[in-house]
Amino acid sequence: MLSYLLRRLLASVIILILSSILVFTMVAYSGDPLASLRLNPRTPAAVYALRRDELHLNYPLPQRYWIWVTHAIHGDFGLTIGNQPVAPQLWSHLLVTCEMVIIATIIAIFVAIAVGVFSAIRQGRAFDSAAAFTNYLFISVPVFVLGLLLKEFAAIPMNNAIGHTVIYTIGQQSSNLNGNFLQRLPNYAGHTILPVLALILVTYPSWAIYQRSSMLEALDSDYVRLARAKGLSPTRVLIRHTLRNALIPITTVIALDFAGVLGGAILVEQVFSWQGIGQWFLQGILVLDFNVVQAYLLVTAFFVVAFNFIADVLYGVLDPRIRYG
Amino acid sequence: MARRWKKAAVGNESSNPTAAGRDFKRRRLGRLPRAGSETRHIGDEHGLSGDVRKQWQIVLGRFVRQPRAMVSLGLFALLGIGSTLAGLFWHYSYLDLTNQIATFGHGGPSFQHPFGVDTIGHDLFAQVMEGTKEDVQTALLVAAISSLIGTTIGALAGYFRSWVDTILMRFTDFILAVPLLAILAVLGNLAARQSGSWFWVAIIIGVLAWTYVARLVRADFLSLRERDFVEAARAIGASNRRIIIRHLLPNALGPIIVNATLTVANAIILESTLSYLGLGIQPPEVSLGSLIAAGEGDTTTFWWLFVFPAAFIVVMILCVNFIGDGLREAFDPRKTRVRV
Repeated sequence: MLSYLLRRLLASVIILILSSILVFTMVAYSGDPLASLRLNPRTPAAVYALRRDELHLNYPLPQRYWIWVTHAIHGDFGLTIGNQPVAPQLWSHLLVTCEMVIIATIIAIFVAIAVGVFSAIRQGRAFDSAAAFTNYLFISVPVFVLGLLLKEFAAIPMNNAIGHTVIYTIGQQSSNLNGNFLQRLPNYAGHTILPVLALILVTYPSWAIYQRSSMLEALDSDYVRLARAKGLSPTRVLIRHTLRNALIPITTVIALDFAGVLGGAILVEQVFSWQGIGQWFLQGILVLDFNVVQAYLLVTAFFVVAFNFIADVLYGVLDPRIRYG
Repeated sequence: MARRWKKAAVGNESSNPTAAGRDFKRRRLGRLPRAGSETRHIGDEHGLSGDVRKQWQIVLGRFVRQPRAMVSLGLFALLGIGSTLAGLFWHYSYLDLTNQIATFGHGGPSFQHPFGVDTIGHDLFAQVMEGTKEDVQTALLVAAISSLIGTTIGALAGYFRSWVDTILMRFTDFILAVPLLAILAVLGNLAARQSGSWFWVAIIIGVLAWTYVARLVRADFLSLRERDFVEAARAIGASNRRIIIRHLLPNALGPIIVNATLTVANAIILESTLSYLGLGIQPPEVSLGSLIAAGEGDTTTFWWLFVFPAAFIVVMILCVNFIGDGLREAFDPRKTRVRV
């Protein structure tokens, strides 16, 4: 087990290092970092020189990468275009996104497993067909379309009908918010519900489809046939023998999809004007703030690689056959 | 040249030396009794045994018999061809500014403007048609590029294994390590400032969206390369290149085609998302995503600015997904009951 762990860990670290190199190179060539200075034709040469110095643009690319990555390891991601340190902004925006992504992912996992398992048990019946249709529908709707639909055609008419705003469509909290945590909670909830709902609806269908087929596979297996033949009660066969085994493969799928959820979060934040890390990253791209863009890409790569590692380990623990594969 | 190809394609069938290998392959293709009834049925029509039919005829036969997939295919073709024709024959171009603009209570769908007009006077029907056309073009190009790259990488990794496999699959892993949308956003912004044409957007998505195909083809090749017919081909002295192209690739074609279809759906989502964020197709070209972004602020007042482009995106993706599903069932009928 230990050697398996170490092997996976080493692979993860290598992937992370390679990704950071790729990301750095890609961003470095993706535009002119001094473009914002060039907008003003009277920018003195000294300002260019200063900025060039700050961004280490006088060094060759490998050296720039080395300077950046050694600082990043120590939590220093450089300065933004507005001369603010990147790191504090990064962490505060990350916190906002984490709230949404964590809630959405957990609910989506439960929804997906429930839908998948029930459609497998009720294979070919009404629930199965209805679930299949809904899965297809939500897979085929881009996140931003779904977000806008929820916002413009569900939440806003509903708020208008009630007469005051219950479900907020902009931002992660009201700006004039005070009181203790319990008093602020309804406001948080009102802001969180739509983005989280949008994220859940686009995330769960592919997991549900996967869960359904792994459940069907388990139902058709010899060990379930044996358990039935032994005369165990149907509930016990279903939960202990079928479900427990059918839940193993989905862990990998969920972990591998984590990058997709983060991508979806970018859009949900855009639609609902959340000041999350995705918004921050998009702004960074539009104004060519390289340190911001690189910080985002490095941090998300870290999370994705970490999740894949956890999934690998979990898979090894849950299914010992994998370790020797 | 053409004749050689044809001969090889037929010869491929007989390149399985052992009866067991042939049976195995035929069962995979659904020719042996497992998929029995339909094969016999078609064979009877011609007074022949099922064996005479080519693989693609069988697959096509299974595909054609699925109403949902056929309707989707028809609708998707209609959207693709119709949007191109509309660009040529509709009485407004997507660039024209008409003398009507969307104001409160005006500018909605009418006989003159079936989808209404936008706030600066574009005919929305012409714009949606142009957007649909560019989306279809982009998606098809993306599917072609990513299938080509993914198949090549997966085939090499699965066939040669050892260090080739390790390097290529680690490469795949580290492309997957960053959200695809994030990389696309960075590159899309670069492309948008150079040229916001659909062609470059398609190239960017295509060179990044191949990871899934690569894994799929690799897994297929890992099992296919152990088959007897590969051993036989090697014994005759066939080169690696020949084995990969003539013997392994035709056998892995099913999943590749199915996946290419699903890539089309994915590409439509990715392209419209990028364009929605302003990082994809740039004006004067229009995409359904950029149309939605343009109408986003006025959605409650001028619903048509959102509803028509959004409906076209969703219908298009739904169609492609249904086609993909139909193809999957056609290529892989044994799993019909397992997949949705």
